[in-house]
Order: sequence, then C-alpha cells, then structure tokens
Amino acid sequence: MCGIAGIIHKKAGKGVNIGQQMTSMLQALKHRGPDSTGYAMYGKDNGNQILRFKVAEAADLEGSYDIHATIKDRLETVNSRLTELGVKVVKKESPTEYAHRYEVEFSGDMKKVADFVEDVEGVEILSIGNSLELVKDLGDASVVSDQYGLNDFNGTHGIGHTRMATESDVDIRSAHPYWAYPFSDVAVVHNGQLTNYWTNRRSLERSGHRFSSNCDSELIAVYLADRMSQGDDLETAMKGSIDYLDGVFTYLVATKDQLGMAKDVMAAKPMVVYEGEDMIALASEEVAIRTLFDHRIETFDPYHGEVKVWQN
Amino acid sequence: MAELRKETSQEMGLHDEQLKGRTQKKFFSIDESENLTYFHSFDVDTSKSATIDALDMTPREINREIRELMEKGIGDITVDNPMSRHGVGVGILNRLNLTFSDSLGYFGCGLIDGPNVHIKGRVGWSCAENMMAGTVVIDKNAGSTFGAAIRGGDLVCKGSVGARTGIDQKGGTIIVGGKTGAFSGFMMQRGRMIVLGDAGMNLGDSMYDGTIYVGGEVEELGVDCVQADMTELDVRYLTEKLALYGMKTPRGVEKMQKHVSGKMLWNYANLEPNEKKLIL
Repeated sequence: MCGIAGIIHKKAGKGVNIGQQMTSMLQALKHRGPDSTGYAMYGKDNGNQILRFKVAEAADLEGSYDIHATIKDRLETVNSRLTELGVKVVKKESPTEYAHRYEVEFSGDMKKVADFVEDVEGVEILSIGNSLELVKDLGDASVVSDQYGLNDFNGTHGIGHTRMATESDVDIRSAHPYWAYPFSDVAVVHNGQLTNYWTNRRSLERSGHRFSSNCDSELIAVYLADRMSQGDDLETAMKGSIDYLDGVFTYLVATKDQLGMAKDVMAAKPMVVYEGEDMIALASEEVAIRTLFDHRIETFDPYHGEVKVWQN
Repeated sequence: MAELRKETSQEMGLHDEQLKGRTQKKFFSIDESENLTYFHSFDVDTSKSATIDALDMTPREINREIRELMEKGIGDITVDNPMSRHGVGVGILNRLNLTFSDSLGYFGCGLIDGPNVHIKGRVGWSCAENMMAGTVVIDKNAGSTFGAAIRGGDLVCKGSVGARTGIDQKGGTIIVGGKTGAFSGFMMQRGRMIVLGDAGMNLGDSMYDGTIYVGGEVEELGVDCVQADMTELDVRYLTEKLALYGMKTPRGVEKMQKHVSGKMLWNYANLEPNEKKLIL
C-alpha cells in the first residue's frame, strides 16, 4: 500500500521545522506501511555538498560476527577513496554504525565520486546534494526520526515515505526515497506498482544508468534523471513519465527548489493536496495533513494523469 | 440445530470437506429474538441532541460513543473535531440526524441504512460504501470510489469527487456538484448518478444499467456506455431532486447529457418482476 507525503514552504525564510512536520505526517500514515520510513528534506545550502551513504544494512548487524570490523574496513576504504579524488570532508556525522553523513568541499564531478565510493562492496550512496538530506531506515517515522535526529530539521521542503514492502525486500536498500543518481538534490517517493519495470530498467541500464535496488520505484528516479540529463525541466520530465510508466502510481519528486506530484492515468493511487498561501502539503490521506493544523482546511484530490509542480 | 442437507455432489463423493464458519454453525431460530430484529438498530428521538468532541478519540471510540448515544434514544448527534479519521459514522442502521463539523477520512459513513448525515468538510476515499438508505451530504470535495456499491439513499457531494465514483452502484442516487474523475459509473448496475460538472474518461465503462446525467463535458465514454435522449421525465426528476439539496446546474437541467448502458446483460431480462420494479 505505502504512504507518501510532501511539504513545501513558499516563505520559509531561515527555514521551518520540516523535520517535525514530516514526522508528524508520516507517523499518521504508519498504517499504510510499517516496514520502513524515509525522508528527503531540503535544508540550508552553505556551499558544501552533503553526502549521505550507508556501508551496511541494518539487518547485517545481527547476521554476522565480523560485521563491525567489516563496517570499519568499508568506511576506511570510502575515506581513502574520497581523499584520492580530492574530496575534502569538513564534517562527519554517524547517526548509526552503518549510516553516515559527510559534509564535503568538492567542485569536481560528483558522479565520479558516487561511482568510486559505491564500488566499495556493501556501500550505497543515499544522496548527494547541496541541500538534500536523504534518510531512510527500518521502522516507523518516530523511530527513524529519533534515530537520525530529524525532529528539529529546519528547511524549506521535503518528501517522505512509509513503506509496505510488496515487490522487494524489507531493507534500507529498498526503502524510499530514491535519489535520482547522478543528479544533485533530486529525490523521489512512490506509492504503487510499476508493471514495465524490468523492460525499462534494462533499457536505462544499457544507457549507462545505475540501479541500486530491485525496487520498481527506483525506475521513476532514474527515468527523471535520464530525462533531465537530456535537457527536460522537471515538469516536462514528469509529464513524460505518465506515458512511460505502466502500472498504478502516484509519486512525489523534489528538487532543490521544487516539489512535484504525478498521478497515473487511472488515478488508482490516492493523493490529497492542501494548497495554502504560504505552504503546500500533500499526502496519501488527509489524516496526515490534518496533523499540521488545529483548524479546518480545504483539500482536493488531483485527477488522473495530472502533474503539478510547486516552487518555493 | 438443523442438520446439513447433503447435496447430490457430496453423496456422489465429489467433495467431502468439513464445512466451517459462522453460517454453517449458526442457524436461524424463531426463539432467539435477535433473529427477528435489525442488529444494532435503535429507536431514537430526533428532538434529543448530544455533541461528541472527537479530538482525542480513536475511530472505534467515536463509533462506540455514537452507538451508546443512540442506545439512550438520542437522535440528533454532532461530532466535533473528527480530524479526517477513517471509518467513522459507519454501520448506523436506523434513522438519525448525524453531523460532522469537519472532514472525514476513508470509508466514512459506510454500511449505513437510514441516517441523515451532514459532513461540513470533505471526505476521503469510499465514502458511504454500501449505503442502503438515508442521505449523506458533503459540503466540500470527496476522494475516489465515492459511493462505491451503494444500494439506496441519496449521496451528495457539493464539491468535486475523485475517480471511480459510483463504482458497482446498485441503486440510490449520487449527486456531484463539481467534477468527477475517470471511470465514474464503472460497472454500474442500477440507480442514478448526477454530475453537474465535467466527467473524466471512461464514463460508465461496463455499466449494466442505471442512468448517468452530466452537466459539463464528458472526456470520453467507456465501453457499453451510450448517450440517450433526455425526456420530460428526466428534466422533472432532475429539477426536483437537485432542488432538495439546493443545487443547480449553470446551463439548466434540460441541457444535461444522459447516459445509459448500450448493452443488455445476457440474463438481465430474466429478472423477477419485483427486481425490475427496483430498477425503474
């Protein structure tokens, strides 16, 4: 089933506590997907790149005696490869043993960095961007939010996902959001099932794109990245996705300053939209949006094949 | 307790499975009074009122509170702060004036048979699913599968609704003040749907029977759905029905488009006379 939610503030100024807002919405959607929760939130751009990556799965910690040593080795290899490419790490944080956040100074080719780092066995780049912070892990929103300290995250917009695993495993690799590798600051969450996943995946892989999971939702992120690499703006790429993707879907995509929503031609998956003067909030169910307000609100359901993009 | 009658197929040894489940274990008894009454149906007085503040209540607690008030004979209930919760106001099987001061989530007012419900907000997916009788009036918009499989009563949304409105509709009337999404009237079997605004693609797809009136533009008709001529009876019916809810179409009901099934279901002519009456 899965639940998705998003929020964008038009007048965020120094930032709004979107961490708390997203957690509140995602926790209200827990019944749609208790397996994992993920956030893609956009904070202040201080000129540095933010690299979020993991060096193991959460479940690995219970499955191997030497996993702690393995994690240490992998992290050392990642650090040495970053140094080798001239990436200067100015700040390191490790919310968990396996998930890491590096703030880096680097003006070169980030795709090359991503490819070189991901070449280390067990390592996956979750996101790269100037303001994007992509966090995902097993458990509900309150668990993940506490674990990663997201309750006081200030920013302008974000998207999130509560996952009920249907097409692939319950692990971080298959959790949403997906970063639109190799594009900085682009992430996607999806509710639905794509039936032409393998056909399109093989085609995109032949074009040089990489997939990190077997989750059908990743196809959307890679497709959008592919279209944007060929010059499409976000809205055009999203409109193209309506015909390109077969199956049932509603998805949200966020860039550095935009939030978009697309719905399949059968309108088979839900989405409720609140459009205020200063803020737009979207979720699979109004019950999630309602947690942000102490008064009555006006909402609507987008229609089949509809694409909407909001700017902050 | 009655004995199970052996079917010919069982006597022939074609299947010998043990039947399980409530229907096989419990048989009708004239001595049990509950078999002669409508389960959880209450005799209420609509001049007696009560208000529930649902701010910190779960859907189950809200529904239980409504039931307990009905048990006390209260027939006019207002629920404040429903907070878009799912599955609220369901399974009410008697007359009752029920008002929600704000929006409901999914499956609001499902499986009802008799109450008059007013929702002063919007509703999520599948509002009034399987409604038997009564009225449900929503002031704002509604989500998809609005009025799925309703069998009777009036279900009114003054705003716009999502996709698959009236899917599997088996009777009653659905009225939409604004637009309706794709696949509205999908597999419609009986009843009437009145859409004052536009209708999305595949309107009335695979419909067996029933009538769909549209005041705006129809994006595309579905398989088996055809346009029919408006009659004087249609105009009179629409005029009077819409007046009940203070609604009207900008272009006038005379200019609404009428849609019916273009195909007769293969065994449709074999309906019993009393079933045919229900359709007409």
